Amino acid sequence: MTTFQLDSDRLTEGIDRLHGQYRVIGPVAEGRFHNFRPLQPGQKPDFDFRNTRMSAKQLVYPQSQVMAEYHLDETREDSHILKEVLPDETPRAVFGIRPCDADAFGLVRRNFDTEEYKDPYWIQAYERATLVGLACEDPCRSCFCTSAGSGPYSTGGLDALLVEDPDGGYWFQSLTEKGERLREAAGWKEEAGSGVEDTIAERKKAAESRIVSQVHTDQLRNQATLDLYEAPFWEDVAFSCINCGTCTYLCPTCWCFDIQDETHGKKGCRMRNWDSCMYPLFTLHGSGHNPRGEKIQRVRQRFMHKLKYYVDKYDNGIQCVGCGRCVQYCPVNIDIRRVCELMNQRGSTGAACEV
Amino acid sequence: MVEYTEKIREIAKRLLQECKVDAVLGFRSGTIPMMNEPCFVREPEEVDRLIWDSNCGINLCNYLTDRKERIGVLAKGCDSRNIVTHIVENKVDRDQLYVIGVPCQGMIDKKRITAMFEDEVEAVEEKGDTLQITAGGKTSELKKEEVLQQNCSVCIHRNPVIHDEMVADPVPEQEDVDRYADVREIEAMSTEDRWAFFDKLLEPCIRCYACRNACPLCYCPTCFVDESRPQWVGKSQDSDDVRTFHFLRAYHCAGRCTDCGACERACPVGINMRVFTKKLEKDCKELFDWEAGMDPKSRPPLDVYRPEDPDDFIR
Repeated sequence: MTTFQLDSDRLTEGIDRLHGQYRVIGPVAEGRFHNFRPLQPGQKPDFDFRNTRMSAKQLVYPQSQVMAEYHLDETREDSHILKEVLPDETPRAVFGIRPCDADAFGLVRRNFDTEEYKDPYWIQAYERATLVGLACEDPCRSCFCTSAGSGPYSTGGLDALLVEDPDGGYWFQSLTEKGERLREAAGWKEEAGSGVEDTIAERKKAAESRIVSQVHTDQLRNQATLDLYEAPFWEDVAFSCINCGTCTYLCPTCWCFDIQDETHGKKGCRMRNWDSCMYPLFTLHGSGHNPRGEKIQRVRQRFMHKLKYYVDKYDNGIQCVGCGRCVQYCPVNIDIRRVCELMNQRGSTGAACEV
Repeated sequence: MVEYTEKIREIAKRLLQECKVDAVLGFRSGTIPMMNEPCFVREPEEVDRLIWDSNCGINLCNYLTDRKERIGVLAKGCDSRNIVTHIVENKVDRDQLYVIGVPCQGMIDKKRITAMFEDEVEAVEEKGDTLQITAGGKTSELKKEEVLQQNCSVCIHRNPVIHDEMVADPVPEQEDVDRYADVREIEAMSTEDRWAFFDKLLEPCIRCYACRNACPLCYCPTCFVDESRPQWVGKSQDSDDVRTFHFLRAYHCAGRCTDCGACERACPVGINMRVFTKKLEKDCKELFDWEAGMDPKSRPPLDVYRPEDPDDFIR
């Protein structure tokens, strides 16, 4: 793998060169936090952030997405026909994704891209995107990515990685063909000096050592599902929950949605919107019965899905990358690290919860 | 306020030991700085989980709705006013509550403090009126009154309006507070500017409903945005639907909101939706000389008719 050297100006010039071939997206400051937004020609991505408030999930899987539409204007030929709307196919170049968010795409893919079902909206959006990560030098104290299958320099799910160099510039590494095509289009050609790979490896180690929080997940698979399901701690875990959607909507790995039909006069659409297992409506049956009518059932579902059902079904770790958003922004401080320890330690004696 | 902790544990232990209550509703220490978690303590041996400091901004009345147990509940001024509202609206019975009054000197604004430091805030320690903030390995001091939640800085009811026992002597109430400077600013805008202001205010909304769910007033079995037969509001990020949710929710809180700030505090994207409820609070004060939750025997103004109610709007 070749590492390229970019000073700050060259980064901006290169990104600018991509307009026309790509829709360019990057982090932008919005009040007190950053979110991903389309960048205009000349606009720099703002890398002065620890992590974006909303995860990168929305770039591939928007909160609201029109899937099909119709109209009743009989002067036009296609009236009364529900027609599929596939998203804009312009390639996208996304800068500044944190490695945890990028790893989350791999987890979410297990849901949207399977042998049996292929979700065209997710797959097309994912495939047309070139994801350029930004290695994480200053992780938050609530981040636990290294024990959740990710890490501050993790490259899973990324097409290229940017690492800040000590002189205010960046090192750029292509990780896939898509990443390499982007580099060529950006015109980044100057190779970094020899020994840079070792420097990056050292910085990676240093960044990993700055992750101060971790979860233990080694016993989750061994736990009996029904025993965990009926564990006495759920009442205490769920007590403070207000059943808002903050954890699920900020989570890079929550993938649930609801499909809605909307009518506006003589036209309408079918759309999908993010949904949340925290909401009673999520499971309400047409009959009026609700299998998860109580708060404790919904809270349990969220943690059991991420930390048990997913673990058992895919045998690939937990459905969490340790980005820490739910820990930081839960209005009542329900902490997945604490719940994970409770679940992992269920049945064992003498072990103490670290958080 | 940290010194309240011992007294709270003492009261909780006594109430549980004497079986005066089935549980005590309070806060336990959070897992990250400037956060505590509401908790329900059922056993006298567990009372040491209870703590008190300036991070107890969640309104505990929200956890009383339709509960059947006898509960000892910690109540700041705002919580107590919401408890009164709950009693008036038959969501909890006065007899099942033992209100442990907590004189409050305001809760600190986590979002504001976080934004004041380049580095992540690692620890916050309270020493009287001062906060010691550790960020990036360095400790600095802030005056607590300068970093209060905005609703707390203009609060005029810091002491509980009902209580069975107080944790400490009442604190002096803030006087000469201009509660509505922000509302007047918005009232003075042209219609177009005001609409643009609301649009900008609500733009970050992700419809997680944390504001609604943190609010003790929002106890409808099915909120209007969740109704599906008929469905009143769309579910997407459409700005009309987002606005409909916020505006209607605010109106539903008219004459009931105590400006406890739970909604704003809960919002993960930093929206100050309190400007809506505060405008309605101001209107209720001006039109009906009404403050919510002050008296368990009075019903809120939009719930009753009085011949002297203002009727200038009838033309």
